[in-house]
Order: sequence, then structure tokens, then C-alpha cells
Amino acid sequence: MSALARSAEHMQALFDPAGVVVVGASTHPGKFGFVALHNILASGYRGGVFATNLDGETVLGIQTAPSIDALPPGPIDLAVVCTPASTNQAILRACAERGIRAAFLTSAGYGEAGEAGLQQQTALIQLAEELGILVAGPNGQGLVSTPSKLCAQIVAPYPPQGAIGIASQSGNFVSSFQNWAVGSGIGVSRSVSAGNAAMVTVADYLAFYASDPETKVGLAYVEGIADGRAFANGIAEVTAHLPLVLVKGGATEGGQAAAASHTGALAANDRIFDGMCRQLGVSRARTVEEAFDAAAAFATQPLPMGPNVAVLTTAGGWGVVTSDAITEDRDLVLMALPDDLRASIDTKLPPRWSRSNPVDLAGAETRDTIPEVMELIAAHPDVHAIVYLGIGIQSNQAKLTRSGGFYPDHGLDRIVAFHERQDARYAHAAHDLSVRYAKPILTATELAVADPLNPGPATVRETGRYCFPSANRAVTALGHMYRRSRYMQRRGLSS
Amino acid sequence: MPTLSESSSKDLLRRHGFALLDERIVTTAEDAVIAARGVDRGNGVVAKLCGDAIAHKTERGLVRLGLRGDQAVGAAAQSLLDAATTADGDVTLLVAPMLRGNRELIAGVADDPQFGKVVMLGIGGVLAEAIADVVFRLVPLQPLDAQEMIEDIAAQKLLGPFRGEPAVNRQHLVDTLMALSAVAQLPEVVSVDINPLIVVDGDPIAVDALIEVR
Repeated sequence: MSALARSAEHMQALFDPAGVVVVGASTHPGKFGFVALHNILASGYRGGVFATNLDGETVLGIQTAPSIDALPPGPIDLAVVCTPASTNQAILRACAERGIRAAFLTSAGYGEAGEAGLQQQTALIQLAEELGILVAGPNGQGLVSTPSKLCAQIVAPYPPQGAIGIASQSGNFVSSFQNWAVGSGIGVSRSVSAGNAAMVTVADYLAFYASDPETKVGLAYVEGIADGRAFANGIAEVTAHLPLVLVKGGATEGGQAAAASHTGALAANDRIFDGMCRQLGVSRARTVEEAFDAAAAFATQPLPMGPNVAVLTTAGGWGVVTSDAITEDRDLVLMALPDDLRASIDTKLPPRWSRSNPVDLAGAETRDTIPEVMELIAAHPDVHAIVYLGIGIQSNQAKLTRSGGFYPDHGLDRIVAFHERQDARYAHAAHDLSVRYAKPILTATELAVADPLNPGPATVRETGRYCFPSANRAVTALGHMYRRSRYMQRRGLSS
Repeated sequence: MPTLSESSSKDLLRRHGFALLDERIVTTAEDAVIAARGVDRGNGVVAKLCGDAIAHKTERGLVRLGLRGDQAVGAAAQSLLDAATTADGDVTLLVAPMLRGNRELIAGVADDPQFGKVVMLGIGGVLAEAIADVVFRLVPLQPLDAQEMIEDIAAQKLLGPFRGEPAVNRQHLVDTLMALSAVAQLPEVVSVDINPLIVVDGDPIAVDALIEVR
């Protein structure tokens, strides 16, 4: 492990630099050297921006210098290097002269490119260690740090600010997570594509996030872990402080010991990895969506203190499928509705409601029913979590009513306004009650992606919460939350 | 990689807190008869020929099951001793009670090239590798890890009350896994196979054990 990779000062230089230089800025808008500079300027980076270009041309209004030593004065902590691999040793030396302490190398042609590339990579890292420069990458897509409004990456998007810290062995996974952040409004604190991870590994970035006040959740993609034990040791430090959601790609070959023993034959690498995740309290997700859902839930909801889930729904079928999902989860419990809770809901509804869990209102609700019943459920001490279904239905009709050719006559203006107001109320109720009773209340509807402007999901986003695209995805995320909560409670860890 | 004999394997496990079956090691048919009288729990006894060079007893017919009465034990013991070849080196007879249990578990230790020593627990029996309902943890285990391994087995119904037998004693299973974790930490130990771990009246009991060493 590199000492630089665990140096808070160097990580700070990488993620919160006082100034950035793009080395190899290009006038060609298709080149990485252009895009990197563009994205740094476009995201409104709060520090000084510098650039080098062999011809000293002006790029995007920035007067470049032909070399690093010719740059104008001003603090620079980070170099974003977009030059061919052969030039990078000289660039690192010039960076050190200038007092730059971190470099992100987008350059390819290193460890991913065969034996010669690997030798070049080893030599480069050795030099960086001697110079005291932290090297991120090479062969990575860059980094984002929203507290500094820094988008030093050669790809889009720039995600909104938030509490999720992303580290990935694949740059495209970073983009996928960031796209979900843009779409859902659940933001990102830091994000980095580890590339070849020649000096700084995914575990190193996560260790920094664990001590970073801006980051409340880790979200990582890994594949091909060379030293599993070192990875496990690194991750153990992280999960003591942060929930960590992890996707692993590729079942590694060769993990299977020569099978003289039954245990060896069964010891497939992926099963051991899975056991490691359970042992360290890692939330292992199978897909990008599952991973982002879980991270968004950790970032925005309190943890459930037990397994009991109540479902509140305005329609029967959704409740049934959600009940199946809860029952299929190994650890969640579709709780029996407590007698006293049933009695108190009876006072709010005519007798045709389900009178069991799921609490299906069966169309019996009036203006105040949903917030009132939601509060009765949230306040009950046996309930640990709520999944709420049905938000956005009224606004969906309002949308059709608006465009149907009869609007605003026949009293349609008033009913449309009422429907839209109601969905906003439900979103606020879910948020406020979750905060008041310190219990997760997960709102789910396909309208979150099918019609994101619907006032239901739109208001969920305004409250800073994640509107799950389906009840099944909400339940899967809730399972991750409960297991994390249980892991911490059993081990006396505090959140 | 060399393996320890069944009896040396069991000795090593016993020294690290592993609860094992009451069984005797003898060298003559006469002593096998006496040993059988001592260990029989009412289901007869099993006799096996053991030696450092003997790893796959079943394939060679060196395991005799369900022996009841002095005569059956004595005859089986003598034929096992007669079956030993010079290549087997020094041999002994192991006499143990026959166990009756409907459930078999499997437990063990492996040395993974990436993660190092790991402890395994799973559903055992002849279909163990096909079913692959197994869970792993990295060594060393905390008792909580062992408890959670048991919870992670998918076939939880097999661990509850089953066909007139009580639920598996989870504390004893935790103790078993913790003992395996202790053995796994010995640098010379490469792998451990406890197969089967028969559940007798709720108690997981190791019937066979094989340890690979370097």
C-alpha cells in the first residue's frame, strides 16, 4: 500500500485543490485535453484554472502556457494529465517543481497494455513516490468533487451535490451512477474512476470517504481484486464508519483451489467474496440500479431499527406484489397489523379497507386520510419501516385532464389543482413523518421515471428523498438497510 | 499436499476445542471388540482402517458400517487388518459408534489464493457439491460471524425441528466453527474437511475429518 494513497493531505489535494492545471489542453473539441478543461470550467470550479498546450494557444478563453514551469503564478494542487504516456515522467517532475501534490492521469498505454506498459507504469509510480505526488489512474476517466464544484473528468455528467462517495474500477460505472444521481436528484460528494489503480486503489478512495465529512455513503464497483486479504482489511476500516454499497463484476477464474477437498471444490471465489461482504457489513448489490437504490436510501433515510415492514397502498395489486417481495427477502418481515393500530385506522376509514398489512385504503380515502393513516402507522412502536405506494396517481389524471380539451371548464381547473396539491402533500408527509419518527418511509412509483415531472415524484425529490421506480426496488433497498442496521446493532457500532 | 490420517486429524481438531465423537483406536481385532462394547450407542459400531497413507477409505472398502455384536466386530476388524498393504505403512483400527441422523452438514477450511484461510459451513450429504448451499467467512472468525454463517444457510428449514428430531443446536455449531477457525490459523494447515457433520438429536457430530498440511 502506498503511503501517499492514505495521506489525507494528498487526498485533499486531489479532491479539494486550490487550483487545477489541465496538462495537454487541446483546441480540438473531440480531444480529452479539451473536454477535461471544458468540464472543469462548465461546472463552475471554485479554484484557479490553468492549462498547458505545446503551442501556447488559448483554449476556451484560458491562456495556456507551453509547459508547466511557464504557467502564471497562483496555487495549483492538482494536475489533470491528458498527454501521451511517454511524456508523463517529465510532466510529473515539473509538477513536483511547481508544488503540485496530486495528478490524475487519463493517459492509456500502461498496465492495461501488456508487459511493456506495465513496466512503464511501475516506473512512473516509483517516480511519483519519490516526488511525493499522489497519482490517480492512469487510464481513468477522472474525478468529481461537488464541494469544490470540480468536474475534472473526460465524460459527462456532472452530478448534483450530495452525500454519496463513488469509487470505481470502471469509468463507465461512474457515469452510470452519476446519471442516476442526475435523474433522481440524490447527489454525489466525490466520485472517481480508479483506472488502473496503479497507486491509489478503490479501497484507498473509500478509506478517504470514510473520514470525509462530505460523504455519508460509499458506492463502489470492483472487479479482479488481486489481493483479497488486503482489500478486506481496507474495507473493514470503511464499513466501521460508512454504509458501503458494492457491485463486483466478473467471477474470477483460478480462485478454485485444486479440489483435493470438498471444501476446496465448493470454495468458488464469488462465494468467498460474498462471505467477506457479510462479514464486513458491506451491502453487496447485483446491478447498477440495485446499488444506486441502496446508496440513495442510505443517503436520505434513517436506518430501520428492526425488520418489521408495513405497506401503505391505495390499490390492492401493488400491495400484494410488495408483500411478496418483503416475504421473499430473507430478513424483512411483513408484520401482522397490531390490533391497536387496526383499531386506530378504523377510526379514519370506512370498513372496506383491508384491515391488515398491507394497509390497502381501497379507494376509501378522502382529503386527509393518507397523511393521517401514514402517521398512525409511523407512530406505532412495532413498525420499523413503511413502503408507501400510490403517489402520483391523482396528478397523472390531472395531467390528462389538463390536455384533454375540456380544461379549464367544467370545474377542471379546481380539480387539477387539488390533485396536484394532494400528491405534493403525500410526499411531504412521507418525508416529515420519517424525520419525526426516525423510521424509513420509502415512496415508490414508476412515475418517478415514466413521468418525472409528475408532482408526486417531483415533490419527493424536492424533499431531498429518493422516489423508488418500483416497489420491488424499494423493498430490495430496505433489505440492505435493515441488514446494515442489524450488523451495526450487533457489533455496537453507531451510525 | 500430504494429509494427516483420520485419527491425527481428529487429534488436532480435539486439541483446538472441536467436540468429536467418542471413538477408540486399537491395533488388534480383540481390542476392537472391547472398544465396540464401550462406544456402542445402540445402533452398532463402525470400524475403519486408518493410516497416514490412506486417504480414500470408502473406495478401498476400508469402512465397515453397522457392526453389531462381538462376532461381527471381531470378523470385520480382522478382515480390515488383513486388507492393509505394505504401501499403507503403519495402520490402526478406529472403532466408533454408528450415528443415526437424518441431516448432514459439511464444514471445513480452505486456503484461497486471494483471500487466504476461510471457514466454510454448508448442507452436506452426497448432493453437497450439487446443491452448494454453503457460506464462507475469512479467518479469524468472531462468534458473531459464526452465528451469522448459520443464519446465511439458505435451507433454514433443515436447521429447525426436522422429522421428529430437534432443531440443530446453534451454539454447538458456533463452537464447531470457532474451533475450525482456530485450527485454520495454524500455518501448516492447508485445508480441513469435516464431511459429514451428522446432526444427531440436534447435535452436530463430526464423523470424518481430513486435514491437509504443508
